[in-house]
Amino acid sequence: MIRAQVIVRPRASIFDPQGDAVCRAIQHLGVSTVKQAHVGKCIELELDGDDVTAARTQLETICKDLLSNPVIEDYVLTLAAAEALAQVKPAAAKKGKKKA
Amino acid sequence: MRWAVIQFPGSNCDQDVYHVLKNVLAQEVDYVWHKDTSLSGADAVVVPGGFSYGDYLRCGAIARFSPVMSAVKETAAQGKTVLGICNGFQILCESGLLPGVLVRNTSLHFRCETIPVRVEHPASRFTSEYLTGQVLRLPIAHGEGHYVADDETLESLFLNKQVLFTYSDFQGRTTPESNPNGSQRHIAGIMNRAGNVLGLMPHPERASEKILGSDDGLGLFASILASQAQSTAKAA
Repeated sequence: MIRAQVIVRPRASIFDPQGDAVCRAIQHLGVSTVKQAHVGKCIELELDGDDVTAARTQLETICKDLLSNPVIEDYVLTLAAAEALAQVKPAAAKKGKKKA
Repeated sequence: MRWAVIQFPGSNCDQDVYHVLKNVLAQEVDYVWHKDTSLSGADAVVVPGGFSYGDYLRCGAIARFSPVMSAVKETAAQGKTVLGICNGFQILCESGLLPGVLVRNTSLHFRCETIPVRVEHPASRFTSEYLTGQVLRLPIAHGEGHYVADDETLESLFLNKQVLFTYSDFQGRTTPESNPNGSQRHIAGIMNRAGNVLGLMPHPERASEKILGSDDGLGLFASILASQAQSTAKAA
């Protein structure tokens, strides 16, 4: 089993009205030190198998074609749990390290 | 002329489009379920408004992978008419049939009202029955209608006269107040470079009978019919 986490966030060049509203709400809360907020999404995935390299390739496709829209969003893909799993399995650990 | 109206789980303007085509314009029209893989040779296809797949992930992002979308893409590639209204516009952008993307309204408000929409130019199969600068009264109902594209795309859209509709006031002036969602360059509707795929946020199907307050939207359907009649005459 491989676990992946994808963080999708609005590109810096795109106005993020949700982030702006959250930032204003924080100021209404009485905290004036927060100057910017950005709202994105966190998507967690579980994949069959233990081939981290193959999984990463598939996940990049999923991120580019479905989970994010490159016109307005960036994404960060992490296989943190998978890499932790890989440490238990020496063969997979090498692959994991290379990609990390 | 034969029309296909796509139905996704969560479509809610499909029946309005069907009604206008069948009962107001006396057209041959069929619903096509999103799991179908064929449009049965329809001359034009409408991707209607609504909240396909609950707008999960991003508006239109999941509908794009519906089996029927391959048939819609094929139809577009054949040069037939494809019309995306509201959520349909979002789906066409996500599918890559139109450039850019629609994001959350700058105000964060869901805007549901009848507003002025300006026709940019009548030289298209979607606007031939209108005049340049004509201001239409059309309803909008969306929370994600803010059109975004990179500068290069925007320039080329205007250069190639692909921007058919913009938000203006009733005098046809584009002021900050007349932009209901923050759309870049006030864009309300664009067509593809080939001129056969249109996406727009306003709802022409909800403004196609006087009894509903405006029939300004009828011109869009009438334009498509006129263009089809012309190409049929040419072929004959």
